[in-house]
Amino acid sequence: MLDTAWIWRNLPKIWDLLVQHAVLSYVPVVVGLLIALPVGIACVRWRWCYPIALAASSAFFAIPSLALFVLLLPYTGLTAATAIIPLTLYTASLLLRNIVDGIRSTDDSVRQAAAAMGYRPMRRLVSIELPIATPLILGGLRVAAVANISMVSVASVIGVASLGDLFIDGTQRFFATPIIVGIVLTAVLALITDLVLVSVQRVLTPWGQTRRSK
Amino acid sequence: MNVFDSVWAWFTNPENWSGYDSIPVRLVEHLGYSALAIACALLIAFPLGAILGHLHRGQALVLTIANLIRALPTLGLLTLLVILAGIGLMPPMVALVVLAIPPILVNTYEGVRFVNAGVVDAAKGVGLRGPAILFRVELPVALPIIMLGIRLAAIQVVSSATIAAYVGLGGLGRFIFDGLGRQDFAQMAGGSVIVALLAIVTEIVFILIAVLATSPGVRGRERFRFSPLSRKKVMP
Amino acid sequence: MKHKTLKAVAVGAVALLASACSGQDPLQSGGGNASGDTIVVGSANFPGNVLIAEVYASALEEAGFKVERKLNIGAREVLYSQVENCTLSVVPEYNQALLAYIDPEFTARGTEEVDTALAAALPENLSVLDSSSAEDNNAIAVSADTAKKHNLKTIGDLAKVSSTMKFGGPTEWEARADGYPSIKAAYGVDFTEYKLLDYSGPITISALEKGDVDAALLFSTVPQISSMNFVVLQDPENALGVNNVTPLVCDAKMPKEAQELLNRLSAKLTTADLVDMNVAFSLDFRDADEVAAEWVSKQGLK
Repeated sequence: MLDTAWIWRNLPKIWDLLVQHAVLSYVPVVVGLLIALPVGIACVRWRWCYPIALAASSAFFAIPSLALFVLLLPYTGLTAATAIIPLTLYTASLLLRNIVDGIRSTDDSVRQAAAAMGYRPMRRLVSIELPIATPLILGGLRVAAVANISMVSVASVIGVASLGDLFIDGTQRFFATPIIVGIVLTAVLALITDLVLVSVQRVLTPWGQTRRSK
Repeated sequence: MNVFDSVWAWFTNPENWSGYDSIPVRLVEHLGYSALAIACALLIAFPLGAILGHLHRGQALVLTIANLIRALPTLGLLTLLVILAGIGLMPPMVALVVLAIPPILVNTYEGVRFVNAGVVDAAKGVGLRGPAILFRVELPVALPIIMLGIRLAAIQVVSSATIAAYVGLGGLGRFIFDGLGRQDFAQMAGGSVIVALLAIVTEIVFILIAVLATSPGVRGRERFRFSPLSRKKVMP
Repeated sequence: MKHKTLKAVAVGAVALLASACSGQDPLQSGGGNASGDTIVVGSANFPGNVLIAEVYASALEEAGFKVERKLNIGAREVLYSQVENCTLSVVPEYNQALLAYIDPEFTARGTEEVDTALAAALPENLSVLDSSSAEDNNAIAVSADTAKKHNLKTIGDLAKVSSTMKFGGPTEWEARADGYPSIKAAYGVDFTEYKLLDYSGPITISALEKGDVDAALLFSTVPQISSMNFVVLQDPENALGVNNVTPLVCDAKMPKEAQELLNRLSAKLTTADLVDMNVAFSLDFRDADEVAAEWVSKQGLK
């Protein structure tokens, strides 16, 4: 059922697609975080912001990715941007909730203690609230990264290269091997990414909190 | 005619509201696929998560399996099943059920597993045993978290049920794929908007269900905040 | 605060999406070709087309040109627009299908008429090279059982039974001048349902095989026609027209020698070659570039 000869012959192509796929997956996560952080911080500072931002991001997240890719095509053409822009916005939508809840999760008593110690709001944000929010944010990053890795495959439908190319090739020829290779590689990529982020979390929160992030 | 006008025109065109390729019909099909997928996922993931959580067993296993399943690409699963089994209801259903299982499994497990030990102890003290504890104490207490998991699964399924159209079935995905084939942006955009709205409605509906189903005592404690003193974690 | 700028960026991104005009906006170029010497060969995302693109690429490489491949582009409009803005230098097309895309009201019939109409309909910077005799035509196919049960040989034979049958085809073909309306007019077929599937792809093939549809639109060179024992119904009225393999080029990016090379190639390409290559690629699972290179080396094109 699995044509290993095909795999050996096509290793360079498979590798290229894997690299492409990784780029298309990671860039949106990073940029999405960079967008969601300020928005999230704003939503904590100005509480009225949050329901609006949450509603907007939930609505956005519900839009099928294929539709967004296609709608963007005439403007960004057959480039990575066509996939990266919608995925970035998806990731930002996903992360917003985690960031706001994470920052809000700081106990009031801790905030009061910080105020008593003379921490200005900005410094309190950076030195206290964000570190406490880290597990939740990283939890959100893990979900977002894995979700992205799966969604990127859809980009192949419009011609942006990714591991999804293997699904399309296999489907067109009723050839199971490329599809299986694509599924395995995507899953492996997702699992490795998850593992890396878990390690990052352990490094960033050495005070070892008992709460667990997904 | 700009995009908004053409999409509005598509929505208000009476032709799109009657016949077999109409908005109501596709909407009902879409809901059907979604409901079926969520039901199947519940049947698989809920008992598994509840029992393992109750027994305080298999935490690493549950999380690992959930992660593994989450890592599977939906498009890949769908295409593999299509070329192996041909088109039909099965390939998109399996893909959607696979999407829905992780949130339900993880949330059910963690909800039941991390019910406050004191509560479980009290239940034992009152004379409840085994399954009775699970059904009468742990599940009701864990309900908010479990409902959250079901809600997340439902939203994902409703958004992704568009894939049914890829294999020639119905659902709102028809507007997207047909719009793509006909280069009819209004149809594509219109279909996407309906899917997005449906997902939002689904979220609201499940939030309501959760509120109504949760017992007042539990509901009172359900705040999305952390207290370092309590081991209970409430994940947004 | 920082969030203002980033919010502006986010709003800008949304505004970009929202400010859509009709699709007549000049499309931006994709990656951008480094050197003007590289010929970029594109293809649609079905096996038959990928093979022909590989054949072009292989022949051009053999002749010493620098070639870049951009294969498996899914949407027809993307493919066409990328040739239009010369991101792609050449794409294997099919004369009648391309004409139907550019000029949906076309009336030309037969290779010469279609080619002439096509040349007239194309924008200034694009042109088509010589058509090959090789055709990948639209075909109405039924399963062997269906053909035997109703004694079907031509499309006309369907007329008396089509009212109890379902048809499977792509959205693009349903309303095309040379599509469903054409066979309806010529033969009087009228199916109870036109099921929207893909264009001669795995969904349609699977639907026909499983009996989800009784008749379907397939490309004539699809190898599953023979491997799954489908029967292609004859078209004596020529309602389906022709569909010769014809290179669509951006003149500026295709040197004269390259164009002449492809003309020599087209003269040698036959429908039987297409079928053979499709069998090798889609049934034997050999690699497209290998199958293509094999054919090219046998032709002695230089």
